[in-house]
Amino acid sequence: MESDPNKIIGEVTQSDYKYGFVTDIETEYAPKGLSEDTVRYISGKKNEPAFMLEYRLKAFRHWLTMKEPKWAHLEIPPIDFQDIFFYAAPKKKKEYESLDQVDPELLATFNKLGISLEEQKKLSGVAVDAVIDSVSVKTTFSDTLSKYGILFCSMSEAVQHHPELVKQYLGSVVPYTDNYYAALNSAVFSDGSFCYIPKGVRCPVELSTYFRINAANTGQFERTLIVADEGAYVSYMEGCTAPQRDENQLHAAVVEIVAMKDASVKYSTVQNWYPGDKNGKGGIYNFVTKRGICKGNNSKISWTQVETGSAVTWKYPSCILLGDNSVGEFYSVAVTNNHQQADTGTKMMHLGKNTKSTIISKGISAGKSNNSYRGLVRISKNATNSRNYSQCDSLLLGSGCGAHTWPYIQVENKSSIVEHEATTSKISEDQLFYCQQRGMNAESAIGLIVNGYAKEVLKQLPMEFAVEAQKLLSISLEGSVG
Amino acid sequence: MLLSIKNLHASINGKEILKGIDLDVNEGEVHAIMGPNGTGKSTLASVIAGRDVFEVTAGEIIYKGKNLLKLAVEERAREGIFLGFQYPVEIPGVSITNFMRTAVNEIRKYKGLDPLGGGAFLRLMEEKKKLVELTSNLANRSVNEGFSGGEKKKNEIFQMAMLEPTLAILDETDSGLDIDALRVVANGVNKLRTKGNAFMVITHYQRLLDYIVPDFVHVLFEGRIVKSGTKELALELEEKGYDWIRKEQTTDDRYQISDI
Amino acid sequence: MQGAVKQCITKELMLTLYGDRRAVISANDYPGLTALRDDAIRRFQELGFPTTKLEAWKHTDLKESFAKEYDVVLKADDAVDVQKVFRCNIPHLDTAIMGQLNGEYVSKDVPLMTLGNGIIMGSLAEAMKKYPALIEAHLGKYADSVTDSFTALNTAFSRDGVFIYVPDNVKSPKPVQIINVIHHDENLFLQSRNLIVLGKNSRLSLVHCDDSYNHQPSFSNVVTEIHLGEHAFMDHYKLQNLNNSSTLISSVYFQLEAAAGLESHYISLNGGLLRNNLRLRFNGPHGNANIYGIYLMDRKQHTDNQVFVDHAFPDCTSGELFKGILDEHSSAVFNGHVLVERNAVRTNAYQSNRNILLTETAKINSKPFLEIYNDDVKCSHGSTTGQLDQDAMYYLRQRGIGEESARMLLMYAYADEVIGKIAIDPLRRRVEDMVKKRLQGELQICEACVLHCNTPENPVEFTIDMTKI
Repeated sequence: MESDPNKIIGEVTQSDYKYGFVTDIETEYAPKGLSEDTVRYISGKKNEPAFMLEYRLKAFRHWLTMKEPKWAHLEIPPIDFQDIFFYAAPKKKKEYESLDQVDPELLATFNKLGISLEEQKKLSGVAVDAVIDSVSVKTTFSDTLSKYGILFCSMSEAVQHHPELVKQYLGSVVPYTDNYYAALNSAVFSDGSFCYIPKGVRCPVELSTYFRINAANTGQFERTLIVADEGAYVSYMEGCTAPQRDENQLHAAVVEIVAMKDASVKYSTVQNWYPGDKNGKGGIYNFVTKRGICKGNNSKISWTQVETGSAVTWKYPSCILLGDNSVGEFYSVAVTNNHQQADTGTKMMHLGKNTKSTIISKGISAGKSNNSYRGLVRISKNATNSRNYSQCDSLLLGSGCGAHTWPYIQVENKSSIVEHEATTSKISEDQLFYCQQRGMNAESAIGLIVNGYAKEVLKQLPMEFAVEAQKLLSISLEGSVG
Repeated sequence: MLLSIKNLHASINGKEILKGIDLDVNEGEVHAIMGPNGTGKSTLASVIAGRDVFEVTAGEIIYKGKNLLKLAVEERAREGIFLGFQYPVEIPGVSITNFMRTAVNEIRKYKGLDPLGGGAFLRLMEEKKKLVELTSNLANRSVNEGFSGGEKKKNEIFQMAMLEPTLAILDETDSGLDIDALRVVANGVNKLRTKGNAFMVITHYQRLLDYIVPDFVHVLFEGRIVKSGTKELALELEEKGYDWIRKEQTTDDRYQISDI
Repeated sequence: MQGAVKQCITKELMLTLYGDRRAVISANDYPGLTALRDDAIRRFQELGFPTTKLEAWKHTDLKESFAKEYDVVLKADDAVDVQKVFRCNIPHLDTAIMGQLNGEYVSKDVPLMTLGNGIIMGSLAEAMKKYPALIEAHLGKYADSVTDSFTALNTAFSRDGVFIYVPDNVKSPKPVQIINVIHHDENLFLQSRNLIVLGKNSRLSLVHCDDSYNHQPSFSNVVTEIHLGEHAFMDHYKLQNLNNSSTLISSVYFQLEAAAGLESHYISLNGGLLRNNLRLRFNGPHGNANIYGIYLMDRKQHTDNQVFVDHAFPDCTSGELFKGILDEHSSAVFNGHVLVERNAVRTNAYQSNRNILLTETAKINSKPFLEIYNDDVKCSHGSTTGQLDQDAMYYLRQRGIGEESARMLLMYAYADEVIGKIAIDPLRRRVEDMVKKRLQGELQICEACVLHCNTPENPVEFTIDMTKI
């Protein structure tokens, strides 16, 4: 039968990764493997002040005492941490005065990725920081931003130029003791983005970082810190891609967000790391700790993520709702195909009074993949009149995949209301038939339906991202879903 | 006078909805409250009934000579205020019979009357069901659960008949009803009209007023009563539409501003 | 009690006791059973007692239960005044009563009887002697002595309990009621084992009650295995009304063959620490199971419901609805786990857990979990925790009903969704009564137990008359 959904799904899931090229850029590496010397090498390369080195070493020593978390619904072969380059940088980087001095290969890379720094700078009004392998290569728009007192630069620069802010906030939301990968990141993080929005400032442009792993056998450990001072607002976007390689690569990032009184931070991610091939060979291991704290009253942190890439995803962007009336949001679309595995979700920790959180999670699994939502909602004793609403749906495409939902709900407060709902089902054959009857081919019908299914989340994305994300959804499911 | 509202201001979450309502209602009267969506009609009904999400920031409501705003929701109900809800809530697990029996007997207790026994109560139910032409068997169904829109509204009228209020406020009881259900609802109201009670009929359309003929019509716009008249006003509204009021209001405002 | 010495229950004590008393424990065993015990004790030795470090025990801490000293029951006294102990007097409830005192089957006349229709009921120990082949075909086949340490320990130690066998095509004319009473002057640690086998196309209503008669602490580790043959149907009730010093670990393992049906009801009214492990496996297609639970806790009581449903075959349907009302310092855990295996196409599964907290000190941990390996399914779950519906409160009050009455009405209505599913009318009326009492804070141990109400002739007068008129 022409419209056998399994067949369609089979066809639609076979598409190839579009960002799998390798850029030929001269790269400088730290010696392979991990030891105190590696940590010292990285810190030395970056000319870091003593407090940073000390922080890294403390983190490293703590990491040695820890074990990899095993609780997630993931099968991960053991990782040999001695077989990884913990630092790789495009060799000719140094200081760029203007884009003209950037390695043309690098610029070409960004153009291929659809982020022409040049154009971004002039036209789109999006300030971009690009991190390739381990270092930030260019930040656009810094001048414009500095007029508002906004600091937006690479983490390395922040350590040099704003050590007091780094010292105050780095590790304040995700301490190095938090988990195995956060400890690792704290020891060896190479670069990342730093952003500070002063009191009462509404950041006039979208801030954006583009992450790219290029070099082989390289781990990427970027560190992002966003601080929104009282009454400030910022919308931040993050995109990621990597070349197609047969071996697995490790990505263990940490993102910390601090929102003071009346501040609001919106963090959007389109994660498209290389997911591995059809047989599950290669791909990125994506172990990321993202957490924000609503420190002041009436603050708000909103996470939106579209997860289509990575062989393995382990990621729970979370909110600590400390301030009274603070708001946490988590909107997620996670697509897994072929042999991908994702265990993703969020934690909403309600500590302040009248705190509110919303969780909308849409999982889509195809091929032989496993896709898990794991989320914790905790209402503490003092968080009176708090409210949570969670809706976690899973869509299954094909008989070989798995979809799992693990909500953890802990309530210690009688005046609060927590609601969790979830459904798991396959794509509706009635909807497919309806679309096809109106003349669509199966692929575009599936693409349409899946986009509709994810719409609640996609509409949360900034314009610049939404279009890309929609395309990505269709592409990811191509040959499995259109 | 049964009800006297003076300079009533009310807000929700800091947003002011009612901006100075003045309204007097006497026994035996039917008042129609009309107006476009979102102008505060339902808020007015809720404030009279005592819904606590609304905060009364100024003004007063005197009902039967008492300060109504000091009474709890159920005390107002026991004093004879009945609100026919626009969207009656579903209460699974509570059968209509138990619900009504509890309500009737708590109100009787408040009035110093003995509770109704099982037999007497059932007879009362049957009598009132007939009065409002309710044919379906309610006894074992949960309150409003799985009811169609029409059934819910008929059930509101049935409850009104059971509780015999002095002031009945019907909040858009006509919305979503087909013409037959509308006639049933209106007949119920007309049968319950006496010299001793009053009705406040909130509606968006003139249609209902063909069946329940009002003594007075008030137009609510942006939190104030901007026009009052007799039933002819409803017809005029039907003909000219709410844009007429809107235009008139904005013209008035401009006039006032330039006047200053 | 033979060889009873009051002591703390530890892994070491259990291992030593098993070594020393193996002969007593296995006195009635058919040949294969002793080997099963030996395997189980080895597994227990590896697993030990669970601690809060285990995910499945994270929110249920047994520390206080283990801190007390208990008499370990290996073999009970023989002399019991049966008539005095079992006095079930729910009006009009006509059941065949099977008594169990401190874990041992207590016979009114004979330890094992065969009814005219072929139903066998009585002591499991006796049945092992009389029908070893029948027992061997089922005992230990459904219970998990490999990963569950309490079940492993029970398999090693348990000597007796209730046995029921309903032959093919037989429908039990009246409900069978197991009354498990704990009544002893000293603290008790006991482990009993029940086996219930329903043949093809048979039918049984089973009411299983756990009661305390006094305030003495006890620790029970009870395992029940229930096998439903093809097209068999069981209506199953668990009523728990134990004292506040009791610990009950109740593990019930169901296996449903093709097209079997189960309606199970867990009604927890009182207990110190209640842990209900319910594991159900669909072992053939077209099975159907509904599991309902209501728990009403107060003081420092804790209840933990662990419900695992394994959809191993296609075309099965399962539903779970657990509702709780938590007062004072009580706490509750709900862990639901639905597993849909790769080949279990056209599965329909639903999980729901709802909780109402009445105080700032009550706690709930809810984890409804769906694990699905197949796209041809319809699965959903929901969990809500909060207050009574405020819109409904307003509606009731607008009709003149006072706040307290309105609250009681809504709480009762909330519980009624579960209680209303009880299919045995006299039992449902009694449970309704108990719940009303419980909601009004009038229910206390002894006067309170489900089956031994002191004044059954005077049903509870609710301030709101909830009975149908």
